[in-house]
Amino acid sequence: MPERKFRVWRGDDNGGDYESYDVEVEQGMVVLDAVHLIQSRQANDLAVRWNCKAGKCGSCSVEINGKPKLACMTRLNDYAPDETISVQPLKAFPVIKDLVCDVSWNYEQNKRIPPLKPKPRDKDGQFRMMQRDVDRVQEFRKCIECFLCQDVCHVVRDHDAKDKFVGPRFMVRLASLEMHPLDEEDRIPKIKEEFGSGMCNITRCCTEVCPEHINITDNGIIPLKERVVDRYYDPIARLLRKIRG
Amino acid sequence: MGTNIANSQLRVLGATERIDRWWLGPMLVLLGLSGFSVYATWAAFQGEHYFHESYLSPFYSPLLYIDTAAAGSAPIEHAWIGAWPEWWPSFLPNSPAFLILMFPGAFRFTCYYYRKAYYRAFVASPPACAVGGIRQGKYRGETFLLLFQNLHRYALYFALGFVVILYYDAFASFFRDGQFGVGVGSIVLLINATLLAGYTTGCHSFRHLIGGGLDCFSCNTVCDVRHKGWSLASILNRKHMLFAWLSLFWVGFSDVYVRLVSMGIITDYNTW
Ligand code: SF4
Ligand code: SF4
Ligand code: FES
Ligand code: FES
Repeated sequence: MPERKFRVWRGDDNGGDYESYDVEVEQGMVVLDAVHLIQSRQANDLAVRWNCKAGKCGSCSVEINGKPKLACMTRLNDYAPDETISVQPLKAFPVIKDLVCDVSWNYEQNKRIPPLKPKPRDKDGQFRMMQRDVDRVQEFRKCIECFLCQDVCHVVRDHDAKDKFVGPRFMVRLASLEMHPLDEEDRIPKIKEEFGSGMCNITRCCTEVCPEHINITDNGIIPLKERVVDRYYDPIARLLRKIRG
Repeated sequence: MGTNIANSQLRVLGATERIDRWWLGPMLVLLGLSGFSVYATWAAFQGEHYFHESYLSPFYSPLLYIDTAAAGSAPIEHAWIGAWPEWWPSFLPNSPAFLILMFPGAFRFTCYYYRKAYYRAFVASPPACAVGGIRQGKYRGETFLLLFQNLHRYALYFALGFVVILYYDAFASFFRDGQFGVGVGSIVLLINATLLAGYTTGCHSFRHLIGGGLDCFSCNTVCDVRHKGWSLASILNRKHMLFAWLSLFWVGFSDVYVRLVSMGIITDYNTW
């Protein structure tokens, strides 16, 4: 069986570095398989978070050769046979140990979002919505909360603006609520002021890394920015609102 | 809280663990946009050879004023207002392009796609995904100096007018002295208007205004029609980057074509 060279970041919140491992790989393996082989044969104390091995739980997010990816969905044959594969934890969040980091900041953001506030029911006691009204929102519901988009977003990653921007994953959640046909809550002021829609400069890295291929920027963030424009920046829209009362 | 590796692996410009050619995309954008800007500026400064028979270069349309003394200029009846004005500063060439180029310029400058492209390629914010950007001290995104980007829809309103004008020019280019004919130039101009229409109606602001801003698409007939508009705009929106580049290239090419024909350097094949 062919051998491949791996570098895996080992360390904790006091710092760390890459360690090299040679692994006998088989056809069809993914990066998570290789990490498991290293863990079982060479480094029993290697910490890695995973769960489904099917790209659906969002646990195994790491950075592979510098790109945020799901370890369980990244095949070894995506890389040239002689290329060393480097695996490191997400950069934007504090490391706990090795490949595992503390993503709890994300859950804190989620709690800040006002939940769905449904309209009154129809006379017969039912809620009704048409398929085409929810098609848009269904795209956003594919999110597996892997936080790869949060990790790659330069606002969160490079500018330490975690207090000013909730990040792309939560812009997606906000979009799914704001566009919901049954929802009555108005989140636009918060989207502008507290959740920081203006901090995103639509450079699309979130969309590039999303394993669920959610069109985060074009279908989520930009439409929200446009709704913020309607409310705050478009003088004609403001005037029309005044006239209509 | 613990260390975050981004801090330990210095966040300097270009810092990354990526080993692929991440710099290629931004470099091509840098070359493409710079090349176009240099050519467009040069072409605008010429003030001549923008017209030939029924062809009008899109860089010069609409013609508000015309200096008929310039070589390769349009006859005075093509002017929307009239002859070249006295008040025009003498240090600038009498070029009709100066009066109108800011509209398409503002439209492209504030376009959501081009913003991505030049934030990455020109200001490295960030240069590519998971690559260290320029340390901007205090990054403020589009909340401070870039607040004007929020007025993109106003540039769109003008751009929609330009689509109509350029289609008019394209159709007019099929007629010389009232006689219908087809020339390579008229096809070039028709393609130009069509690519520009595809770019403009795939605009994110257009998509929002035509229907994207609604929460309920099926609530009444108006919403229903707007949903159809939104669906069509969404199809083009998915190809917005492609249309952005094709229309940019083609508008430049159209000017080159009309210019070379007007200068007599190339012959326009046609049926007249
Ligand atoms: S498009 Fe916006 S949210 Fe997405 S990565 Fe870029 S700055 Fe962050
Ligand atoms: S939007 Fe995509 S990248 Fe972001 S958390 Fe959800 S699935 Fe992951
Ligand atoms: S292990 Fe569940 S997504 Fe990778
Ligand atoms: S978003 Fe590109 S033209 Fe409006």
